[in-house]
Amino acid sequence: MPISARDNDTVLRITDVDVFHGTFQALWNVSLEVRRGEMLALIGANTAGKTTLLDAISGVLHPARGTIEFEGKDIGGLDPYQIVELGITQVPEGRRVFPDMTVLDNLLVGSYAAGARRKRAESLAIVYDLFPNLSERKKQVAKTLSGGEQQMLAIGRGLMAHPKLMLIDEMSLGLAPIVVDEIFKVLGKIRERGITVLFVEQNVNRTLKEADRAYILETGRVVLHGAAADLRENAKVKKAYFGIDECEAT
Amino acid sequence: MDIVTPLVIGIMLGGLYGLVALGLSLIFGVMKLINLAHGDLVILSSYIAYALLAYLGIDPVLGLVISIPFMFVLGFVIQRYLLGKGFAISSETPLIIAFGISLVLQNLNQILWTPLSRGLNTSYSAMSFFIGERQFPLSYLLDFMAGIVVTLALRTFLTRTYMGRAITAASQDGRVAQLMGINTNRVYGYAFAIAMGSAAIAGVFLGMTFPFTPTSGISFLTIAFGTVIIGGLGSMVGTFFGGVILGVFQTLGGCLFGPASQMLIVYVLVFLILAIRPRGLFGR
Repeated sequence: MPISARDNDTVLRITDVDVFHGTFQALWNVSLEVRRGEMLALIGANTAGKTTLLDAISGVLHPARGTIEFEGKDIGGLDPYQIVELGITQVPEGRRVFPDMTVLDNLLVGSYAAGARRKRAESLAIVYDLFPNLSERKKQVAKTLSGGEQQMLAIGRGLMAHPKLMLIDEMSLGLAPIVVDEIFKVLGKIRERGITVLFVEQNVNRTLKEADRAYILETGRVVLHGAAADLRENAKVKKAYFGIDECEAT
Repeated sequence: MDIVTPLVIGIMLGGLYGLVALGLSLIFGVMKLINLAHGDLVILSSYIAYALLAYLGIDPVLGLVISIPFMFVLGFVIQRYLLGKGFAISSETPLIIAFGISLVLQNLNQILWTPLSRGLNTSYSAMSFFIGERQFPLSYLLDFMAGIVVTLALRTFLTRTYMGRAITAASQDGRVAQLMGINTNRVYGYAFAIAMGSAAIAGVFLGMTFPFTPTSGISFLTIAFGTVIIGGLGSMVGTFFGGVILGVFQTLGGCLFGPASQMLIVYVLVFLILAIRPRGLFGR
């Protein structure tokens, strides 16, 4: 049964979704599917609607039209806490760790959902294994960590929710290249654990090397999508992104 | 001039001020709401203790077994069905609702208990104790100890339990708290309920220390405001010390300038802190 096999492969399916910020329409007729176990990238300029899309998946915003299905269940009307309970966690843009809480307390808040709470010892061991730094600094107040460490804490906090699908927004924003390398390495390990990753990135070149597939958003619409390797060779993408990238790199 | 007596009294009374302010500080920290009804809710708790004592002969401190759960549930209901609905309209609406609750409570207390001044008089509230040659009311010492106990209990709750950490997280970044699986509406409900539980305790010790009337809530709201400004938001221990500092300035002010202007020096302090260190002495 090839059709049902394909259905099982899709963990998240977004169909013809419109999303508004008040009266401003941020997403137009967006469709997207995330396959189980893959690393999917969302690419686009600022205000293209990437964060809006992640927020719609997380239930912070609700689609005015269209459906969002997670493992076959319509989640478009659920609240954020219900969506976390189903197994979707978001690592927000700008890291947004709880500044005055310790590293350990930040991680424990990540395991607030009932299902995650039962697995918290196991999750904590996984996070400390991925980020030995956090284990050394667990009593430290989060705002005293470096930017890179805060990003690791934010990802670790997301892992504490025992997610099936992890949404990561602008993870390398403002971080040194060496830290970005490390974070990509961790993403690889997260994925080896069977967690599906959907991430938003500014660095298009890097993203298309690391991701399996990518969607490109422009002013709230999906303009291109496909295997990352194909997109790298796509003339439109080369012109729109790599041209600019090369200029900025020098 | 004897400076030790007002100092000791200020510290002990400051414990009561801290106790009264804990709920205000918690609610402001979590919901960014200035609960204008806080003083009246504390006084409502004093009246509940008064009713239990006058009609049923229940000791005010034992009566907390009844009044804490009552205020806890009342707090949850106020947040869920009044303030929570207000937040959905605009961020100013809950402020007006809180003011409305304040007016309703003042008038309700007036109708139920008359405008006459009441007090919680027990066998021990009129006793006194000695430090060296100096004599102090026992109720002041009880106030101070209750302040410490409630402050530490709240601190432990906020740092050691899942609900407490969720409340702390929601106060630092409500949006991200949601993304962590925290139902912020529920957390707000519990935060308000817990603040009202502490108000129940504050009401009892306030009533054993000072006479109160249906409008006493206003002056204690003012004191709680000053306490939170001095201590700074975000920490229960900071709020407690804010109360102690306010208490000391009040009694020393009274000692220096006479009782009529004892609050003057407190307001000058509050003004200076707002101008120089708006986040408070112990605030983040």
